[in-house]
Amino acid sequence: MTTTAIRVILPAHLRELAHVHGEVELDVDGPVTQRSVLDALEAQLPVLVGRVRDHQTQQRRGFVRFYACQEDLSHEPPDDPLPAAVAQGQEPFMIVGAMAGG
Amino acid sequence: MTGVRVLVGTRKGAFVLTADGSRRDWQVSGPHFAGWEIYHVAGSPADPNRLYASQSSGWFGQVVQRSDDGGRTWAPQPGTFSYEGEVGPHQYYDGTPRPWSFTRVWHFEPTREDPDTVYAGVEDAALFRTTDGGASWQELPALRQHRTGPDWAPGAGGMCLHTIILDPKKADRIYAAISAAGVFRSDDAGASWRPINQGLHSEGIPDQQAEVGHCVHHVAQHPDRPDVLYMQKHWDVMRSNDSGESWTEISGNLPTDFGFPIAVHAHEPDTVYVLPITSDANHVVMDGKLRVYRSRTGGHEWEPLTAGLPQQNCYVNVLRDAMAVDTLDECGLYFGTTGGQVYASADSGDSWAPIVRDLPAVLSVEVQTLP
Repeated sequence: MTTTAIRVILPAHLRELAHVHGEVELDVDGPVTQRSVLDALEAQLPVLVGRVRDHQTQQRRGFVRFYACQEDLSHEPPDDPLPAAVAQGQEPFMIVGAMAGG
Repeated sequence: MTGVRVLVGTRKGAFVLTADGSRRDWQVSGPHFAGWEIYHVAGSPADPNRLYASQSSGWFGQVVQRSDDGGRTWAPQPGTFSYEGEVGPHQYYDGTPRPWSFTRVWHFEPTREDPDTVYAGVEDAALFRTTDGGASWQELPALRQHRTGPDWAPGAGGMCLHTIILDPKKADRIYAAISAAGVFRSDDAGASWRPINQGLHSEGIPDQQAEVGHCVHHVAQHPDRPDVLYMQKHWDVMRSNDSGESWTEISGNLPTDFGFPIAVHAHEPDTVYVLPITSDANHVVMDGKLRVYRSRTGGHEWEPLTAGLPQQNCYVNVLRDAMAVDTLDECGLYFGTTGGQVYASADSGDSWAPIVRDLPAVLSVEVQTLP
């Protein structure tokens, strides 16, 4: 089992809620996927439970998107591996509040 | 010295405004939860340092924040809102069925006895309760599961349960008002509910005797005379003398009877306040004048209160939970506008002055009278 330091960028509202400045660094055990990253994020910052994923269904909230390495990963299966650059800590996994409403 | 603490929820955060009993010099704290919509902030009657704030976002959902020190520091609470049992449909705007879906908390009603026990009115309409200070929330499902539930439909702001009144003399009596279903009453602590909307005549409802479907905007009660209820409906200001069994219109000489808030004087059960706006199509005060209307006769006869309020070029609204009264000897009134002003009167509405002028749009105003 390997542990990798993953970089995550939160949207401003969630940085305010979690009292976070700058990027979040996470230790992720095993394969680096959306699910494992979000599990680690919620374990480190429990106030974010339910903010990115629905607390019951674990589905991504409708107006939340996931970007990394200039790709929109929002609709990728949650257990697919994230890009190698994210898994190696070279690029951040970005959680973004989708633009809506002007 | 006795003082007041005004709790303001806005589109972009919460603010806490404090003053001593003279209510002339104010300290402003905030924004708390900057950037988030704060639909309501409420204090516990049992412990004035215990506050609850509804923090929500269309992107990131609902957070309940709690303060144990009068709003200086806050902590998010872990409780979530899940409907009990099978979730059936209500009507959408176009009359099609749509499953109940939780969006946000519109209103907190802390109980008089216990700072950890609080009711919450939510969208889509349902009533929840915590008995552990927000660590967990349980639905009182009989209201949502009322046989008329499939006929409920949202108002323009959503299908929200916005008013909760815990009767001060009958421990098991609860009133809940839902836009646009109407008012419901429970006499068994929420185990069962009955619509109490007879006498509400609402435009756009073919059956004037319809037991639900009324767009009730707010309901107020005086604790010394709890069987009398006052209501600001979509159109019409209404009164019930029999705990909601029947309603009669008391709009009287109001220039328009459309509006959102309604409040009762702390010491005079027949003194009622409304803040009329132009119409359902134009949610701003009439003629550019910000006027509170007061009746000292329990309705029908209303006088405009204008001293200190703008009487030209004013085009704001005051939302349903954005007017409150304190309980000092000389009753104070407070309201907040969609233009971000919070006004206070320390003399029962005779004269007004702004506490703050340039907040984000105000969603709710509550006031605590501090020992």
